[in-house]
Amino acid sequence: MSMKTELGKVRGLGAAHDGTGHFWMQRVTAISNVPLVLYLVYFIVAHVSANRAAVVASIKNPFCAIALSLALLSICWHMKLGLQMVIEDYVHGHASKMAALLLNVFFAFGLCAVGVFAILKISFGA
Amino acid sequence: MPDKDHKMTQRPLSPHLQIYRPMLSMTMSIVHRITGVGLVLGVVGLVWWLSAASTSDAYFALVQGFFYGWFGRLVLFGMSWALIHHMLGGLRHFVWDTGHGFALNKVEWLVRANIIGSIVLTVLLWVVAYGVRG
Repeated sequence: MSMKTELGKVRGLGAAHDGTGHFWMQRVTAISNVPLVLYLVYFIVAHVSANRAAVVASIKNPFCAIALSLALLSICWHMKLGLQMVIEDYVHGHASKMAALLLNVFFAFGLCAVGVFAILKISFGA
Repeated sequence: MPDKDHKMTQRPLSPHLQIYRPMLSMTMSIVHRITGVGLVLGVVGLVWWLSAASTSDAYFALVQGFFYGWFGRLVLFGMSWALIHHMLGGLRHFVWDTGHGFALNKVEWLVRANIIGSIVLTVLLWVVAYGVRG
């Protein structure tokens, strides 16, 4: 049982009842995106005409696998926060908004999981 | 909100966005959002490409072939511009987060640098990519 007053519970949380958590994580992932996405762009450009063996050989390097996995995590987290804001702005019905917000979370982390799994499979596999 | 028992209270309403002369900065604001949403397609493509690389030679050749073709290349070109534009926009927001760059001439300078920078860097990236391809 919280000892905070009713006013104390909501103060600083704003209209979204979420405080500054969303804003803060959006900036944290934005900062981590800068080096990680730059590495990702380098990785893609370096493999524009590569065959599978070359890509697999690159991802077998632990640095590469970890950087790409972190890039996916950072990107997907940032994507989740950004799409959430778009949904909150443009989807107005309560039920449809809740459904869209839920699907957004599943989509972002599902996509991240598929990508990271592919990297780990290459990294640990044959 | 008016209800059926009361007349609408005549309060001043804030004017809608559409009555303002379109400004470069407000256009850039929505472009930042549009490029962000568009980049979702890029993440899906990236995960598709990585999954193909983890599956088989034949499947990877198919996906690599798609991105190598004219349509895939068009998608990648769009994605690369959206990515660079969105990232420069993000850096612009970092500047604003520190409380700097809010003077109108600074805002104008920042948004122009964002547009010009995104185009120049995208072209440079593709020159490098074509160089790598050989």
